[in-house]
Amino acid sequence: MISLLSTLLNGLSLGSVYAIIALGYTMVYGIAKMLNFAHGDVIMVGAYISFVAIFYWGLPPILGFLLAMVVCTVLGIVIESLAYKPLRQATSLAVLITAIGVSYLLQNSAQLIWGANPKAFPAMFSLPDASLFGGSVTISNNTISLLNDQLKISGNMILTILACVAIMVVLTLFINKTKMGKAMRCVSEDKGAAELMGVNVNLTISLTFAIGSALAAVAGVLLCASYPSLQPTTGAMPGIKAFTAAVFGGIGSIPGAMIGGILLGIIEKLGQTYVSDQLGDAFAFAVLIIVLLVKPTGLMGKKVHEKV
Amino acid sequence: MSLLKVDDIHVYYGAIHAIKGVSFHVDEGEIVTLIGANGAGKSTTLNTVAGLLKPRSGLITFDGKSLNATPAARIVSQGMALCPEGRRIFQQMTVKENLEMGGYTRPPKEIPGSIEEMFTRFPRLKEREKQIAGTLSGGEQQMLAIARAMMSRPRLLMLDEPSMGLAPILVEQIFDIIKELHAAGVTILLIEQNAQAALSIADRAYVMETGNITMEGPADDLLHNDDVRKAYLGD
Repeated sequence: MISLLSTLLNGLSLGSVYAIIALGYTMVYGIAKMLNFAHGDVIMVGAYISFVAIFYWGLPPILGFLLAMVVCTVLGIVIESLAYKPLRQATSLAVLITAIGVSYLLQNSAQLIWGANPKAFPAMFSLPDASLFGGSVTISNNTISLLNDQLKISGNMILTILACVAIMVVLTLFINKTKMGKAMRCVSEDKGAAELMGVNVNLTISLTFAIGSALAAVAGVLLCASYPSLQPTTGAMPGIKAFTAAVFGGIGSIPGAMIGGILLGIIEKLGQTYVSDQLGDAFAFAVLIIVLLVKPTGLMGKKVHEKV
Repeated sequence: MSLLKVDDIHVYYGAIHAIKGVSFHVDEGEIVTLIGANGAGKSTTLNTVAGLLKPRSGLITFDGKSLNATPAARIVSQGMALCPEGRRIFQQMTVKENLEMGGYTRPPKEIPGSIEEMFTRFPRLKEREKQIAGTLSGGEQQMLAIARAMMSRPRLLMLDEPSMGLAPILVEQIFDIIKELHAAGVTILLIEQNAQAALSIADRAYVMETGNITMEGPADDLLHNDDVRKAYLGD
């Protein structure tokens, strides 16, 4: 029972990271109708930037974190305008191949700058040691122990889940309530009609890349806080998993990316705990295959019918 | 001076020469209609005026200013709105959000008032305010598309096939709405396959055939012209 609870919490935390990355995939897909396979590598860049800022330059973690977001935001806008914007009228295959090219460019640049050896990503922050409720809850080594030490929750897990919830709330409000957010929804539905309303489509696409990349930076830092090994390919696997999560939830759907990410994280951890430790990734991709077979539009994906 | 003046425009889709030197004008306060068969280039002409397509040569001026280099997104705020073919409302947004988007270029504080005006003019939309637009009936969607275009307070409203796919009773309603908007001071440029209905409300008309304007004149004259009657009115 406690092992199940602990697995679910681990899954929730991993799934939160997937959800944050999947949001970037799904927003860009929704607006620009392209799969940005370089998205995973923006995560890695974000993680390196915060690593360098905090552990080489000695900046406080929060500043390193913000710097990573700023750099990734700029990086996202630059990638879009240099690599994807010239291909606005090109076939989707050309854009896809370009995205894969950008992905390799980022990985190899990172290898050139920071080397191929994994860097140990030390703890970003720590909870104070404490003993609460007459010793039934103790905090030590940045880990909260509950139920006679049987259930352990790390501070990173809590931070990850909280960050994910905060991002979901803010993003949902932004998309549904602000003028810019509504313009993004219009562009995602019908670019021409959005232009007729006076929406600057190119600016909206840039903004989408900016938001997606800022989220990727957040995901990069959270990921490396929980799985502290950083190398140029760090972003690749979580990127593909998050893509799976986005398809699982229904690509283009923001609530779908959130739900898909969290479910995928939980399924992966359940598979690892109860079936085989080695097969976690296989479970994640089995989900992708099953979804594509059973409900190709994903959990929240919509089919739009034209009414006459 | 004409509100809209289109002078000898040529438009291409890739290598296809779709519009071959079209000229027409719309004066303030008029209803002007472009009629013609499917594929004659009517929608292409309107999309070019709205800035979605750019002419390879020729001149488009609105209120004395050239629009040739103005992107579509900036043309709306000059006082011209296009209600596009096939309505193209935002299906996944609510009726109210669609109207808000129509007023995208206007100061946000003016929007609620304008939405109320639209609800007064289109009471059906008021009833469906919070409904997802994709679930509206065809007639309601067309009303929403017109109301959305009107939200930008255009001086010139361009309507592309507003009666397409609608039952005859709804077609009549839509034409009544166009007359009302015109009476309220909006200049109208209308494209229609329903030439009879279009000619009976228009002041002037142009007939388009394969990318050219082949005939023009007062709508009444064209309505009684034998060639027009044979080709477009089914006589």
